Amino acid sequence: MVHVGANGDSKSIIQVRRLAKNYLRGNEELHVLQGIDLDIDQGDFVAFMGPSGSGKTTLLNLIGGLDVPSSGSVTVAGEQISSLSRAKLTGWRARHVGFVFQMYNLLPVLSAFRNVELPLLLTHLSKAERRKHVETALALVGLADFATRKPRELSGGQQQRVAIARAIVADSTFLLCDEPTGDLDRQSADGILDLLQELVAQHGKTVLMVTHDPRAAERAHATLHLDKGVLST
Amino acid sequence: MKFWPLLFANLGRRKLRTALTAGSFAVAIFLFCLLLAIRAGFQQGVEAAGADRLLVINKFSFIQPLPVAHRDRILQVPGVEEATFASWFGGIYQDPKNMFPQFAIDHRTYRDVFSEFLVPEAEWQAFAADKMGAIAGEGIARRFGWKVGDRIPIKDSPYGSYFEFNLRGIYTGARPHDDLTQFWFRWDYLDEKGPVEMKGRVGWYTARVKPGAAMAVVARDIDARFANSAFETRTQSEQAWMASWLEQMGNIELLMLVIGSVVLFTLLLVTGNTMAMSVRERTSELAVLKTIGFGDGAVLVLVLAEGALIAAVGGGAGILLAKLFTLGGDPTGGFFPAFRLPGSAVVAGAGIALAVGLLAGLIPALTAMRLHVVQALRRL
Repeated sequence: MVHVGANGDSKSIIQVRRLAKNYLRGNEELHVLQGIDLDIDQGDFVAFMGPSGSGKTTLLNLIGGLDVPSSGSVTVAGEQISSLSRAKLTGWRARHVGFVFQMYNLLPVLSAFRNVELPLLLTHLSKAERRKHVETALALVGLADFATRKPRELSGGQQQRVAIARAIVADSTFLLCDEPTGDLDRQSADGILDLLQELVAQHGKTVLMVTHDPRAAERAHATLHLDKGVLST
Repeated sequence: MKFWPLLFANLGRRKLRTALTAGSFAVAIFLFCLLLAIRAGFQQGVEAAGADRLLVINKFSFIQPLPVAHRDRILQVPGVEEATFASWFGGIYQDPKNMFPQFAIDHRTYRDVFSEFLVPEAEWQAFAADKMGAIAGEGIARRFGWKVGDRIPIKDSPYGSYFEFNLRGIYTGARPHDDLTQFWFRWDYLDEKGPVEMKGRVGWYTARVKPGAAMAVVARDIDARFANSAFETRTQSEQAWMASWLEQMGNIELLMLVIGSVVLFTLLLVTGNTMAMSVRERTSELAVLKTIGFGDGAVLVLVLAEGALIAAVGGGAGILLAKLFTLGGDPTGGFFPAFRLPGSAVVAGAGIALAVGLLAGLIPALTAMRLHVVQALRRL
């Protein structure tokens, strides 16, 4: 079992047990993940590295409730999500997970403000409360003055900051970042990594990041390697 | 309400496409409403016909006259409360294109039988006192700018080359669908000035039946009274006569239905295709929405709402256009005396627009709802 615990004494917020994921390609069964065991504590910043096809994104999808395992379990904050129905899993994601993608995946027709507001539309917050949350999130990522800009009016680094603001605006339990710096230049990438570190250090966020970039991985508390579906430190 | 910005932003993504789709809705619903207005125009005669009135015409043809003396004998038939008569005039006012119905009426009885036509008492008395007097419907008076006191020349009628009338009154209708395009003048004036062979002849009778009397029995008794005479009659209810006249023009309803269905089916295909394209283009965005917690139902409703919103805007515009068009009055110059957009057409137009909008969006919405997040994200 891999236990990643920066604080040592804190209780694991994510517990992965004997997690396996298989896919069928034609008649061939692919074992993408094989019996993964993993504990991650509150406030950890964990990087996952490995060659393409090693199962990094699949592991992230399973922990984030985007996919269901072939066997094993994922427990987040005491709730075993691997047994939840699709509808419940959707609601669970809205409450617990903030997603950051390599290509930012902002809605091009919405302003930065509206993009960040999206997860809050699923809550019972009033318009004024939503506005307050969005403004706080945008200020946190340094884009308070860019609220009315559409994604095409922002640089790649700024778009990724908006995506991070969207991921944290609903105060999710943890962030899943899939190659968050993969499409950025070095300077912008460093800015994003600084921001993720700040979220962990100053706001106690838990961040799980998939990356190919060793310099990005260095910013994490721990780097885990996946190869052919097997996890190692 | 909090989803409106997202909805509007999606519709504003391809403004021209959204406008064209809404425009196609507007045109289709405009046509649909217009078809219903035309249908209502055809049906207007049936709707306006009195439920307690019988029409008595010459057994052999509507254009064959009947003797004026028939009235007294019709009144003797049990169940008949009142009877009046009229003759079709068929003259031309200024230009042959100015079509409107002109009737020589019995000024002593006509108002008693056709109580839905309202004439101010003073105007009616002035009409009754002037043998050359005439009364025009509000619609026709407005069309030609007539006012009480005007002298109206009418030429080239089968009854003679030139007649002049003094407009003594203007009638209105008690119901919205009453025909306000008729022109009445006194039958005794026609009888006096018309050709010798038409003296003492009328076009048809209208008899009002007493409450509770069986229309079919009274009609049969009227015809029996004139059986084997030189002027046998054919009597039927005014509504049945109007309906049979409508039938002679073919199955208008079927025609309307076919045209309407083709228009709407085409609209369904066009809109459905547009919506499907719109959803396909946004697969990744929909996947992101689902990733961050938008459920299947929310995504389904969002896509359906887009179709419904386009339908509401386009359909509303179509209904408004149809309303404005019909407010202009009869576009045929007299064929549809009470050309109007019925309330039922507005409801049907709105309902069909919404149904087509939802139906067109249903398959794309279901596709969006079933979108597998992981597979969609993998394609990014």
